[in-house]
Amino acid sequence: MTSLPKTTEKRLGLAIDLDTCVGCHACVTACKGWNTENYGAPLADADPYGAAPEGAFLNRIHSFEVTPEAGPAQLVHFPKSCLHCDDAPCVTVCPTGASYKRVEDGIVLVNESACIGCGLCAWACPYGAREMDPAEKVMKKCTLCVDRIYNEALPEEDRVPACVRTCPAGARHFGDFGDPDSTVSRLAAERGGIDLMPEQGTRPVNQYLPPRPRDAAPDLDVLSPFLAPVAEEPKGFLGWLDRTLDRL
Amino acid sequence: MSFPEDHCRMPIEPALELSPRPSDEVRQTTCYMCACRCGINVHMKGGPDGKMEVAYIEGNRDHPVNRGVLCAKGAAGIMQHLSPARLRAPLLRDGPRGSGKFKEISWDEALTLATTWLSQIRHTAPEKLAFFTGRDQSQSFTSWWAQAFGTPNYAAHGGFCSVNMAAAGIYTMGGAFWEFGAPDWERTRLFLLFGVAEDHDSNPIKMGLGRLKERGAKFIGVNPIRTGYNAVADEWIGITPGTDGLLILSLIHCLMKAGKIDVDYLARWTNAPCLVNADETSPDHGVLLRDVAGKELVIDRRTGALVPFDTAGVRPSLTATHAVGGVTHRTVMAHMAETYLSDDYAPEAVAERTGVTAPRIRALAAEIARAAFEDPIVLDRPWTDFRGERHETMVGRPVSVHAMRGISAHSNGFQTARALHVLQILIGAVETPGSMRFKPPYPKPATAHPRPHGFPRPGLPLDGPHLGFVHDPDDLLINDNGLPRRIDKAFTWENPMSAHGLMHMVISNAHAGDPYKIDTLFLYMANMAWNSSMSTSRVMEMLTDKDESGEYVIPRIIYSDAYSSEMVAYADLVLPDTTYLERHDCISLLDRPISEPEAAADAIRWPVVEPDRDVRGFQSVMLDLGHRLGLPGMSNDDGTPTYKDYADYMTRHIRRPGIGPLAGWRGDGSSEGRGEANPDQIERYRENGAFWMAHIPQEAQFFKPWNAAYQDWAVALGLYDKPLPYLFSLYAEPLRRFQLAAEGKHRLSPPDHLRERMLTTMTPLPTWYAPFEESEIDADAYPLHALTQRPMAMYHSWGSQNAWLRQIHGQNPLYIPRPVWEEQGFREGDWARVTSPDGEITVPAARMDALNDNTVWTWNAIGKRKGAWALGRAAPEATKGFLLNHLIHELLPEKGDGLRWSNSDPVTGQAAWFDLRVRIERVEPQARSTPSHKPQRSPVPRAPRMLRRQSGR
Repeated sequence: MTSLPKTTEKRLGLAIDLDTCVGCHACVTACKGWNTENYGAPLADADPYGAAPEGAFLNRIHSFEVTPEAGPAQLVHFPKSCLHCDDAPCVTVCPTGASYKRVEDGIVLVNESACIGCGLCAWACPYGAREMDPAEKVMKKCTLCVDRIYNEALPEEDRVPACVRTCPAGARHFGDFGDPDSTVSRLAAERGGIDLMPEQGTRPVNQYLPPRPRDAAPDLDVLSPFLAPVAEEPKGFLGWLDRTLDRL
Repeated sequence: MSFPEDHCRMPIEPALELSPRPSDEVRQTTCYMCACRCGINVHMKGGPDGKMEVAYIEGNRDHPVNRGVLCAKGAAGIMQHLSPARLRAPLLRDGPRGSGKFKEISWDEALTLATTWLSQIRHTAPEKLAFFTGRDQSQSFTSWWAQAFGTPNYAAHGGFCSVNMAAAGIYTMGGAFWEFGAPDWERTRLFLLFGVAEDHDSNPIKMGLGRLKERGAKFIGVNPIRTGYNAVADEWIGITPGTDGLLILSLIHCLMKAGKIDVDYLARWTNAPCLVNADETSPDHGVLLRDVAGKELVIDRRTGALVPFDTAGVRPSLTATHAVGGVTHRTVMAHMAETYLSDDYAPEAVAERTGVTAPRIRALAAEIARAAFEDPIVLDRPWTDFRGERHETMVGRPVSVHAMRGISAHSNGFQTARALHVLQILIGAVETPGSMRFKPPYPKPATAHPRPHGFPRPGLPLDGPHLGFVHDPDDLLINDNGLPRRIDKAFTWENPMSAHGLMHMVISNAHAGDPYKIDTLFLYMANMAWNSSMSTSRVMEMLTDKDESGEYVIPRIIYSDAYSSEMVAYADLVLPDTTYLERHDCISLLDRPISEPEAAADAIRWPVVEPDRDVRGFQSVMLDLGHRLGLPGMSNDDGTPTYKDYADYMTRHIRRPGIGPLAGWRGDGSSEGRGEANPDQIERYRENGAFWMAHIPQEAQFFKPWNAAYQDWAVALGLYDKPLPYLFSLYAEPLRRFQLAAEGKHRLSPPDHLRERMLTTMTPLPTWYAPFEESEIDADAYPLHALTQRPMAMYHSWGSQNAWLRQIHGQNPLYIPRPVWEEQGFREGDWARVTSPDGEITVPAARMDALNDNTVWTWNAIGKRKGAWALGRAAPEATKGFLLNHLIHELLPEKGDGLRWSNSDPVTGQAAWFDLRVRIERVEPQARSTPSHKPQRSPVPRAPRMLRRQSGR
């Protein structure tokens, strides 16, 4: 079993805006593209053109329907990747010390050369955020693009996770939740950011910004005056037109 | 969970390489994973053999379309480029059509054969070539080629996509949505999205919605299905398909009645004050009053004088009447009041039909009124209009609209799109701050576009451009006997304003020999044997049908595609195209540009990698073929080819003096828009990230159709050759001219059976009529509407060959609304039998609540024929995937009048995909969907069983 740091210097993570995410999967393939080329073994795909393709992805989108008591049903797109928990059960369960949480920034990683592919961590993660690579048989997970965010070979503006850089709707934000003044901390505070499944006691770093209320019943007291008729008949309407033009 | 510390292992923290070199080189080009044309950075790494390989793809931050972001398709482009379905060499059919049996041949053999076939036709009857291109992004080139060949039978895929939207926009306001115009995302306060699910355009809408959310602007979605963009709408109106036009006309009713219209805007910039002949007995009844120069006349409120609309200082009256020779003329506005104030359009009258309650319609109208008029946007930007009047500010109505195929692909789509534009114009929400603005080369009035041309002459080029805008029955492409000149019957009485042609009618008409037989069907990037045809199974039969002599009814089929699509199997000769990373391309202001409302822009593709197969870029092949055929403009006097390849054409072709395919870096490199050809032009594009952009001056960025500074800028850039100010057409006079013909008041007369329909559907003010199919059938027997949507992570049939994207959308259930699901006792895992008047399919089913109660739907183009796209035969796309196309006929059900009516919009001929009506029944889970087609043999090797790739290794 592997130990977790008591505290980390930073708490890097993502604020994911469920009000804005349109479920386009851009983050999914941008992640696949960068992480196939970088950090550890390439993300493989078994049976990629066959009956049951099964590839390793570090980030996936799930879509849920929500049917409220009143008003139309809603659809919520829910991107899911490792939440880089402060109390990460995937680390403590690791028999080889391959899974670890970095002291400097809180990123949870897998040291692939020490990973024996036993799968205990995937079992321990309540979020299903780890996937076994079908070719290499090592555990793959979101690295928060640790090889982008400090990467001196990248322009400074690109030193963010690939999913954040690509998100067309701007629904993904990267930063330090340990800094109360960071953009992500402020967003979480302003928008009522939530821990995913807090009852699991994992203390996730990533925060989800909940959808704003939708489909509110129209306030007819406010709206009705805008439709007060100027005329009922075409003739009266033309009169109104003339009066209006005269005033211009 | 946690463990006592003494039992814990300290983690082995390896030294991490935190700054790996992302790539050896970045090559910037333009994406082709959909029609958006985003800028991409293709990261390259050197392979073991020293050759550069694609490592990964990200968005180009400097690019005007995507500003750095990229969608799921774009980043997965690497898998498209590496697809096992890529064709490898020219193919000659070596078995029956449809079987997929081919032998590989050389390019010289392929081109010699094509030249032999086509040369014969060209010198005898050029119309016997039908050349249709699908998702073609080089239409100014392909149309030029077809014109040089001399066949009238050319078009791209607009006829089954969104021609209703494009044509309605151009006839009404000289521009439309998407490539022609965009919401003012930075200023709008209310955004209305009609009939757009997840695409068209892709990244710009997502970026725009993100900005609206950041700014707290309101977003209302009107769509029978709530997915994608509609999922994040603040309010969703789950309208009944095909009734958007009725809802919009009801909004117009409410707004007019409340006086919530922009009277000043209407008087100055639209034909609201123009004078309509109101005498039913007059031969010109319904025609606008004009002077001898053809200018619309208005009454000046200050003087009462009848003057041309562009008179300096004129204050047009919206209510005047005017008699000429005893004939009374009344304003367009007066006609509109009479039409739309009618209780027929009251919310209560349309609520049941649209599935939207009357209070909801009123609330929507009131929201629009509030956003438009309570707090207009005023920019301190002085500007001068085309009448010479100076304005100190720019006043805008911050309501913006976007719409696409959802409202377009109905038989009432043209009028629905017209209604939407009239709504925008009534509230002053086009080309004003906060509303919707055009992108250069738009605005451009319909009259500035060419008329259609279609007169073939053996051995000679066509008499002019194929596609264009019809303004009078005299512009139709019919011969003296009233017969269509084109194989798709575009520009005929059946669909006079078919500005994009009718690709969906080509195969059935060619098969029927109606209006004539053809010899060669030549298709590019159009999967007509599968997801791009109505009634797919019948189309497959038509392509393989033989006549009494044992010859194929469609004698020859040439097809060009980069991939092993379903259509490949039906070709006699296959010309393999490259992938988008291996080719030159030109995203030109001459056809479908990538401009923004504040800038003109165009772009290129260039081969960031060389093909490793015996394939060639389609456009280069066409230039070679054109030279072999001796087509004008493609051969020099000494017999040598004019252009070495497409890149050479992009650089040196001159369309009109000083104007070429690319507008950037012309002449010595310092000219924009106009200038001589510059041999270094492509290099300049490459240095600039593969695009060029010219900003519109501040004072010219709004009110463009009437803004003198914009008009002058557009002329200087070469978008037009003289200023072209015009009035928006609330009243579309060209439609009225067709009605006059139907009334017997024109030199030309439509066939009798079309007269009544023309009178109802070609009204000069927008109207609504029930979609044709549901009017022809027993609607109770087919109570449900059936729709398809394109998912954000797929672009038509291309996605399924992509190992990453097919893991996102590998299956497509039929989504069934909860009331129907429960009433029929569906359980999870059940399948559904879906029956339309034209066919039956059996498919997987799933429940969905965020859906109009009378609508079922599925993702389009997921289903595949076995053997296509290098997929395994047990791939879910080939076993459980399905198309609704099998249920849709290109003709309407017979109605006993001895005629077969086209299942298209009667104005434009747009395929009415979304008029489909069905009934469903629950069935037990099945092993495969039906109909199931015989596998086609794959011309490419088997796909790998495992992908495990890093570049540069």
